[in-house]
Amino acid sequence: MPQAPTDKQSDALVRIRGLYFTRGERVIFDGVDMDIPRGSVTAIMGPSGTGKTTLLQLIGGQLVPDRGSVQVDGQEVQDLSRSQLYELRKRMGMLFQSGALLTDLDVFDNVAFPLREHTDLPESMIRDLVLMKLQAVGLRGARDLQPSELSGGMARRVALARAIALDPMMIMYDEPFTGQDPISKGALLKLIRLLNDALGLTSIIVSHDVEETEEISDYIYVISGGRVVGHGTPETLANTDSEWVRQFMRGLPDGPVPFHYPAPDYRDDLLQA
Amino acid sequence: MIAWIRRLGRTGIDFFEKLGRGSLFLAATLVGLPEVLRRPRLLVAQMLSVGVLSLLLIAISGLFVGMVLGLQGYNTLVDFDAEESLGVVVALSIVRELGPVVTALLFAGRAGSALTAEIGLMKATEQLSGMEMMAVDPVHRVIAPRFLAGFLSMPLLAAVFGAVGIYGGYFVGVGLLGVDEGSYWAQMQAKVDLYEDVMNGVIKSLVFGFVVTWIAVFEGYDTVPTSEGVSRATTRTVVHSAFAVLALDFVLTALMFGKD
Repeated sequence: MPQAPTDKQSDALVRIRGLYFTRGERVIFDGVDMDIPRGSVTAIMGPSGTGKTTLLQLIGGQLVPDRGSVQVDGQEVQDLSRSQLYELRKRMGMLFQSGALLTDLDVFDNVAFPLREHTDLPESMIRDLVLMKLQAVGLRGARDLQPSELSGGMARRVALARAIALDPMMIMYDEPFTGQDPISKGALLKLIRLLNDALGLTSIIVSHDVEETEEISDYIYVISGGRVVGHGTPETLANTDSEWVRQFMRGLPDGPVPFHYPAPDYRDDLLQA
Repeated sequence: MIAWIRRLGRTGIDFFEKLGRGSLFLAATLVGLPEVLRRPRLLVAQMLSVGVLSLLLIAISGLFVGMVLGLQGYNTLVDFDAEESLGVVVALSIVRELGPVVTALLFAGRAGSALTAEIGLMKATEQLSGMEMMAVDPVHRVIAPRFLAGFLSMPLLAAVFGAVGIYGGYFVGVGLLGVDEGSYWAQMQAKVDLYEDVMNGVIKSLVFGFVVTWIAVFEGYDTVPTSEGVSRATTRTVVHSAFAVLALDFVLTALMFGKD
């Protein structure tokens, strides 16, 4: 496995510089710089459709930036060969919004999946490892259930157990709180923080749920319109000067992002016909 | 007029783009085949869902097609006092033509559409993307076993269709209409050639199996990951497979008769 370079910034596990990415005509990222420090929980926030998930795909090498650089653990992701990229991905976990559990396997086999694909461990050891991961997310008793029998929150926890199956160095969470009831939200919040600290992970959370994300993040980046519009610890962001960031963090209906979609004058519009 | 030409051009470009994507995809799938052979369990599971579960449909259809051939053939042959040749007529029609073609059409409707829908839904629910992020290549893990299972199942199913169909003709011809049992089988044995006729059908079913399964897995993999996209892709699999099978059948038949 390649050694981390003797980079002065090597405390940053993920380094993004001058990231520029387009989809068709649309510019998704227009010069984004970001550092994700090792061992921390870093949140990337922003309104829907700002490409937060795209950013995770760029970090995971599923997409290639048009310009700029994305480095993970000192390696330039876009320069990696396919097998190097797969080696890197074994050290990354990703939690998809839907959980992305394999529907033809039960809970146990889903968690065992990466172990069986990437290791030659005997079945007895795989069993122990899977039960340990499931215990960590509180679902050891659900090992025989099919994915269709799980609630949304449980599915995400199983997916989380699967994401930590290979003991990765980092986990990326794509909108982990969306559509969760308060109890499973609480469970996920606790798990994300706990796993991060207990396993020495680096966590990246992509979310637009301000309250939950503030609660567990060490550092927050707010992106909008393809740029980083604010970043800092949750406390500094709460007292930011930027009106936009304030509107977003407090969920105000009107502000720099207007309540009304651009339209001609109301009075003229009504009197026109 | 200009707009019409432009649309035509667009359609043409889209077609070739898709053909290119499909070919690259096929190449990636073929590269994944050795891995499937190393893990036969993946293949066996797919043989079950693609092949074995299509068996009943194929067998019943074969029976009815054979019975219809028995009836039709008898009514024509009896005018020429040639009803003893019924066995040859049924066997040749089924082995050379109807067996591979009807099996392929049914196979596309039963197994092909299921493959497309399954793979398309895996894509829509991020399962394929999830595999990629777990450093598992979905083309090797998901597509290759399904492709190989379809390719291997199709000739076997066509063989079952043929065997059952010949018995269907036998039940009607010999059982109901009184054709001599000995001549039904003896003429068949004398006139149906293993290389000329049976291999002909086997080659066709191999080609159809390849093409139908390729279309099915590619449409699934290439689907727009929404419920509407999956339903369109499933329809496309059946329609394109049917076209491909019928067109290729003509080409193959022409080539094989041309050889003589």
